[in-house]
Amino acid sequence: MPNLDPSLDTDHTDLPGLANTAGKEASSTLPVQITINGAPMRLDVDPRLSLLDLLREHLHLTGTKKGCNQGACGACTILVDGRRVNACLTLAVMHDGAAITTIEGLAKGDDLHPLQAAFIEHDGFQCGYCTPGQIMSGVGCIAEGHADSPAEIRAWMSGNICRCGAYPGIVAAIADAARRSGP
Amino acid sequence: MIPFRFEKARTEQDAILAARAGGRYIAGGTTLIDLMREEVERPERLVDINALPLDYIRVDGDTLVIGALARMSDVAAHRETARLQPLIAEALVEGASPQLRNVASIGGNLLQRVRCPYFRMLDAPCNKRDPGTGCAAIGGLHAGHAILGTSDHCIATHPSDLAVALVALDAVLRVQGPEGERTFPVEELFRLPGDTPHLEHTLRPSELILEVRVPAGPYARHARYLKVRDRSSYEFALVSVAAALDVDGGRIRAAHVAAGGVGTRPWRMRACEAALVGRSPDRGAFASAAERALDGARPLSGNHYKAELLPRTMVRALEMAGGVA
Repeated sequence: MPNLDPSLDTDHTDLPGLANTAGKEASSTLPVQITINGAPMRLDVDPRLSLLDLLREHLHLTGTKKGCNQGACGACTILVDGRRVNACLTLAVMHDGAAITTIEGLAKGDDLHPLQAAFIEHDGFQCGYCTPGQIMSGVGCIAEGHADSPAEIRAWMSGNICRCGAYPGIVAAIADAARRSGP
Repeated sequence: MIPFRFEKARTEQDAILAARAGGRYIAGGTTLIDLMREEVERPERLVDINALPLDYIRVDGDTLVIGALARMSDVAAHRETARLQPLIAEALVEGASPQLRNVASIGGNLLQRVRCPYFRMLDAPCNKRDPGTGCAAIGGLHAGHAILGTSDHCIATHPSDLAVALVALDAVLRVQGPEGERTFPVEELFRLPGDTPHLEHTLRPSELILEVRVPAGPYARHARYLKVRDRSSYEFALVSVAAALDVDGGRIRAAHVAAGGVGTRPWRMRACEAALVGRSPDRGAFASAAERALDGARPLSGNHYKAELLPRTMVRALEMAGGVA
């Protein structure tokens, strides 16, 4: 593991750009400002750091899971500016100014997000490892308007793999939450 | 991941200057970051081009114009894409998972690297990754590999679905480089492997894709994309066919056909198109045209099935485009 210290740092006022990176060593840290689950943060990041490793290894937000680390399984799905993305396939340094929502940011206090509640109600998991990614992807799927039928949900949730095969419950939970959220 | 220098370009000129100094463009990064982690790709400098004003989707006359930084999901969902070029929307939706489509850019989609497993296996020979080392796929596992445009040095297919649609639709690229702008057909972006499979495209050093321009035609609204694969979504094509037909008075006036999953580049099927013109749009005409799809094909033991699957997929795609399936 390379030295990736994202120490909180308030000294940086410049944003990364051509001017202030000229002459810098390869992989010296760069400042970014990212809002995570509503909390703005200034971080110094190694350019190699993925958004996933930033969340898990440095901010200790371990709800977002690392499955394949290749963009194939969807366990690391988060929302970046409201859009679902694979956190493993993007660099933290590319998200200066972004607002990120992880599974930790969905509930309001003790009140679960409706899709979290629906996963429990419909038994949308077995081992639970893919579940945070399934739920974040499901939030995106509903917001995009692609949760009108089980077939549509299956196609638009195809970027999330469940090795336990809990798909019937996952599809039912998303369909139920979509119905309740209304058109 | 090997250390690299990261910089953000604010203008096309900045980006091209940084590329001339050895920088590699990064947009969505969904291919590049994965391959950098595997150390198949080892850029020393990355130039983040996401701040460039190239994420537009607009209409120029009846030409659909797609900025290189528009995201796959945005292009697929755009009303002008649906109105003018539904084939592009269909190919994009079939092209990746929703998460990837939210991030991957149009320019990056065209320049994505091959999915041959040996390409990303550092201890296997691969002429594309390490020129002169050989091709592990020819004598190895190659069920997913190409039957058209192959050489003794490489048999990897080009993985983009979008590119198949763009090649069928006579789309053109506008690019900018140190010597200015130029425009050329998307089909000419892709090289055949020959004995230099490490050279994949015809962009000149430091050139940046600005936009894709897709001309309109009466065929464009009768155009379909059929992708055959091992599972029904989020998988690369075994065989895919983009088919667009202009039918007038019960006769085919023009046909545009291209195939994916079978060629070392997106494969325009001109002999099939010529065989369709003047015919009535029925299964007999489609089947006899599809026989020409295998002109020059060189199937191997592991992918011989594609020689049967390709014409069948083409017949079905033509039936869909002609409204008879």
